[in-house]
Amino acid sequence: MVTQRENHKWGMVVDLDRCTGCQACVVACQAENNIPINTQSYFQQRRAYEWIRIERYWEGEFPNVKARFIPILCQHCENAPCEPVCPVFATYHNDEGLNVQVYNRCIGTRYCSVNCPYTVRFFNFWQPQWPDRFRNQLNPDVTVRTRGVMEKCTFCVQRLRRGEVNVERRGLEPLTGERIPVADRKLNYRQMKEGNYMPACVQACPTNALQFADQHDETGPVKAIFEEANGQIETREHGGHVDEAHTRVYRLFEEVGTKPNLIYLKKVDAFPVDKRPR
Amino acid sequence: MQEGTPLQSRQVNRELLVSILNSPKWFWMVISVLGLIVLIAMSAAGVLINQGFGVTGLNRPVMWGFFITNFVFWIGISHAGVMLSAILRLSKAEWRRPATRAAEILTVFSLLTAMLMPLIHTGRPWRTVYWIYTLPFVPYDYARGIWPNVRTPLVWDPSAVYTYLTSSILFVLVALIPDFAVLRDRTTGLSHRIYGMLAMGWQGNPRQWKLQIIAGVLLSALILPVFVSVHSIVSWDFGMAVSVKSWHSTIFAPYFVVGAVHSGVSAVALVLIVLRYIYGWQNYIRHEHIDALGRLLVVVATGWFYFFVMEVVFGFYGREADEIAVRNLQFMVSPWNIWMIIFVGITYFLPVSIWLSRSCRRNLWIMSVACISVNIGMWLERFLIIVPGLARKQLLTFDWYTYRPSLVEWLIVIGTFAMVSMLMVTIAKVVPLIPLYDIKEGEILRTEIKIGRVTVPATFRED
Repeated sequence: MVTQRENHKWGMVVDLDRCTGCQACVVACQAENNIPINTQSYFQQRRAYEWIRIERYWEGEFPNVKARFIPILCQHCENAPCEPVCPVFATYHNDEGLNVQVYNRCIGTRYCSVNCPYTVRFFNFWQPQWPDRFRNQLNPDVTVRTRGVMEKCTFCVQRLRRGEVNVERRGLEPLTGERIPVADRKLNYRQMKEGNYMPACVQACPTNALQFADQHDETGPVKAIFEEANGQIETREHGGHVDEAHTRVYRLFEEVGTKPNLIYLKKVDAFPVDKRPR
Repeated sequence: MQEGTPLQSRQVNRELLVSILNSPKWFWMVISVLGLIVLIAMSAAGVLINQGFGVTGLNRPVMWGFFITNFVFWIGISHAGVMLSAILRLSKAEWRRPATRAAEILTVFSLLTAMLMPLIHTGRPWRTVYWIYTLPFVPYDYARGIWPNVRTPLVWDPSAVYTYLTSSILFVLVALIPDFAVLRDRTTGLSHRIYGMLAMGWQGNPRQWKLQIIAGVLLSALILPVFVSVHSIVSWDFGMAVSVKSWHSTIFAPYFVVGAVHSGVSAVALVLIVLRYIYGWQNYIRHEHIDALGRLLVVVATGWFYFFVMEVVFGFYGREADEIAVRNLQFMVSPWNIWMIIFVGITYFLPVSIWLSRSCRRNLWIMSVACISVNIGMWLERFLIIVPGLARKQLLTFDWYTYRPSLVEWLIVIGTFAMVSMLMVTIAKVVPLIPLYDIKEGEILRTEIKIGRVTVPATFRED
């Protein structure tokens, strides 16, 4: 257990211009979080577990088409619609800006999934099963969920906890393995940075389309993007106009009022699809 | 001016207790057939609990399906009891008398059945202890400061439904006391003692009558706010869901309440027609009663239709792409559009056109067709609100899907209908489904005497 936990506010920025739709994040998530194997029949039943998924959209008419990719994961909304509807507080907001799910408390009303505009909550319709040879591959830091329980992206909270222990108890620099001076063993954004804590999908992304940081972190690029996005919300709340043509920053389904901690950067299309009829 | 011949008190007792004191041949046959259906449904629920929710047709966008539809439907049916007993009692509608008891008992049984649905819906019923039964003697995690989340409609909902269930049971029992006393005097052995206990020492003296009437009127008045709130709160399960475009509407509460009265009163009319047929209660459930219910239903149905049209109009008025997507599914895409046409036809146009004609209102066969069609239609209404709304929740078209109920869900839903019917048939063997004393009171009130040329009631009601 760590003692001096600081208040973080974790956030992710998804740069759609960099996303190639390679699904490395999906695989990384699957491996990290003990997600059952999505078989063909799970997909056909529309019950596949994809804590992060790449949605593919086609733009334009054949033959002038482009594939558009958007990774969608739990947005860890500030005003999460899933939280107030759970009768047993199985999902709630912790003080690190994470929307967390307590599997043991879940009774399976499925109201949270109904009320999630991003459909990123996954119900265990069947008892999850792995092939025998995968038994030893399960991540010991992550609960194996049972049937009848709702689950979702946690921003790899187990990595956060391990990082905290690494810094405060073991005092090891994550990348170099050097000892951290005792005075510096604080759980602030300087220590809990890239290399020490990042979700599996961010780590796996080959194009750095996913960026992850504490929103209090003043050194990284994430804070500036979040400030711009929060400025947009403020402008809209005061009835102002946001010039969407000249900014890349947006949040998914902002009109629902969820205030996600996940920000998307629009694609910068050098060669837009020619939409004129031929 | 009421129709029919005057009835003697002795005759009322004899004819209305026929369901209890005589045992018809068909009784055990009906009970066993219905019980078999209930057993099949229970084994289907057992399969579901054993295997998990995979055996249903639910999927990621459509997490709520047949069970929630059925829950809302049975809660809706339960609204007939208060509508007929409390509201018509307070508004002194004389024709309510034979309908009240059946309506109240239908209320209690449909509420009990409705409360089963969320239990099955969670897939692990033993866990619902943490949701509904948050009483001190249940191991709820108070020690760690974990309380039920009062912000969720899923906590308001059981609170409202349980309040309604408690007050309905109280309502039925208070109204039953004089009839239990009649039964106590006409039975022997064990049933004599049980009825004696239930009659609570009823002697029929003026003080007891006064207390019983006061209790009835008080309960009628107190149950009214519950009546309005129950289905409002059930509708907020949907109305409060900000993310489901077609549910998130302020019109849902009155829309659902009126719809509940529509289906509930139709169900009671159907029950009355069946009772009249099987027990030969032609003298009690007369054409005028069914006629009056039909006239009431014309008003209720038209009120419901107004809300239905408004809900759709509001949807289109916003012209938001996500709302239009839901409406497109409901009105343009097969098979949803076919169900939609059927639903509007059998919930409004068919029954109301029947109820508008006096001769149709007095033809019991046509009336029962109208009542059945209303109830099928209202079931479809809930289904067509819940499932298309979820299937087109938001604009992420990648996640759009449909819903195909599985055999397990069908069996459980059919089982609930069999269960309510079975409970009604069983209770008809135990308590009189038409209140004896209420009929007698009506007989006294309708006695008329002729003074000179005018005919005036022989008794005046002092209230």
